[in-house]
Amino acid sequence: MATVINISDLRVEYPSRELGSKTTVAVDGLSLDVQQGQIFGFLGPNGAGKTTTMNVLLGFVEPTAGSATIFGVNVTDKSARQRLGYLPELTYYYKFLTPEELLRFYGKLFRIPKALLEKRIDEILGMVELQEARKRQIKTFSKGMQQRAGLAQALINDPDLLILDEPTSGLDPIGRMKVRQIIQRLKNEGKTILFSSHELGEVETICDRVCIIHRGTLREMGTVQDLVARHQCNLEQVFLRVVGYEGAAPHRPEGVTV
Amino acid sequence: MNNILAVSSVVMREMYRRKDFYVLLILTVLITLILGSVNLFNDSNIVRYLKEICLLLIWVSSLVIAITTSARQIPAERESRTIFPLLAKPISRTEVLLGKFLGCWLASGVALVCFYLFFGLISAARESGWPLGSYLQAVTLHWFMLAIVIAIALLGSLVFAAPSSNNTICFVVIAGILLIGRHLHKVAVGMEQPSRGILTVLYFLLPQLGWFDVRERITHNWPPLDAGPFLLALVYALVTASVFLFAASWVFNRKRLQ
Repeated sequence: MATVINISDLRVEYPSRELGSKTTVAVDGLSLDVQQGQIFGFLGPNGAGKTTTMNVLLGFVEPTAGSATIFGVNVTDKSARQRLGYLPELTYYYKFLTPEELLRFYGKLFRIPKALLEKRIDEILGMVELQEARKRQIKTFSKGMQQRAGLAQALINDPDLLILDEPTSGLDPIGRMKVRQIIQRLKNEGKTILFSSHELGEVETICDRVCIIHRGTLREMGTVQDLVARHQCNLEQVFLRVVGYEGAAPHRPEGVTV
Repeated sequence: MNNILAVSSVVMREMYRRKDFYVLLILTVLITLILGSVNLFNDSNIVRYLKEICLLLIWVSSLVIAITTSARQIPAERESRTIFPLLAKPISRTEVLLGKFLGCWLASGVALVCFYLFFGLISAARESGWPLGSYLQAVTLHWFMLAIVIAIALLGSLVFAAPSSNNTICFVVIAGILLIGRHLHKVAVGMEQPSRGILTVLYFLLPQLGWFDVRERITHNWPPLDAGPFLLALVYALVTASVFLFAASWVFNRKRLQ
């Protein structure tokens, strides 16, 4: 399998807001690979460095040290984003546009030919179930519909790699289920997905591999089955233990389910 | 250029879907019509005052439209987080900035044409002649002056975080330049050093927005400017706007987006 994302010894420092300290280290010596066709769960508590790592991959933040590539192209090169789709956490799209205008705008940035773009817009709006609302301004949308519009914009270029930052955050159970179904469908189409979420049950269901980062460093990485087997507990408990939460439950006795 | 045009089309769409422009146009029309209906002091030259007031309203309205539209562009993108999915596409920050500039400038141009059409109708109704050449020159100079104003407001929006503070600062600076800036060198003559030197340097550093103000020529039906000074003013506007845009691009490319 080809390597889609390669992060090598990544370090990101920010100017510190604390008195007497010059810099804050957001990510420290992070190295990982994501292979083609995988759904890779990127886990960590708030402030662990997940979004900063994603921001490096997307070219928003320059690394202090180390490197990151997407499809072998350095992330600082804008062509690295040609085959990439990104869904940020809690974004409110241009509320004066309709979903089809939004997709047309983003499609133009990828220089998709007009006829193909219109066909793609029809397909995607169907996939995210926004066909009927395609001529309504986004300001009239519910949160779930906005998130699906966000997912639609991430898919407009038929990307080979999707970076999803907490795609189900703030959605009701139906909204979550719909987004999960779309992710599952994309997985079946062979897309590579880097997926950050606090919904560990969801991660357990969807992801092939996961990594847990805490305070900017990589603490665990492997398949969900590996981690669960190694720690003898479910993913949530693995997570709590890895991030040093003292209330994490001890080993689950054989045959006992919660 | 494709990316710049795509971004500018969204800015234009935003302007005609917002109410600001329509409110200002209706206010200008109402104030001018009310003043026009009153025959003060039985003065046959009242049409000149009417034209003066109408042009003043057009200048104020155009500055309000240009500054408020451009000052909110980048901060609104950051506040609603649409900057992230946008920059995750194959588009550079400089292209985003130039797209915003072009969109604001074209939108202001469309607004100016509407305002000046109304002005033309009012003066045609009160005067026998319709000096089309003078009017076209006035609109063009006014529009090119707005290019400088928009570039300043875009730079301000990257330096001052809050759009409201940027709006206020831009209005104060632009009004200051228009009202006082053009007289600074005359004021400097009567001063002692080092104030004299500082004011003289400031006079040459500040954009000469007064060069674009040909309201007196329109009001008094004077002939239009010769081609030489007219073209020189247009080139000056483009060069000055480019300097501010270059500075804005420099700031934007160094800004850490989080």
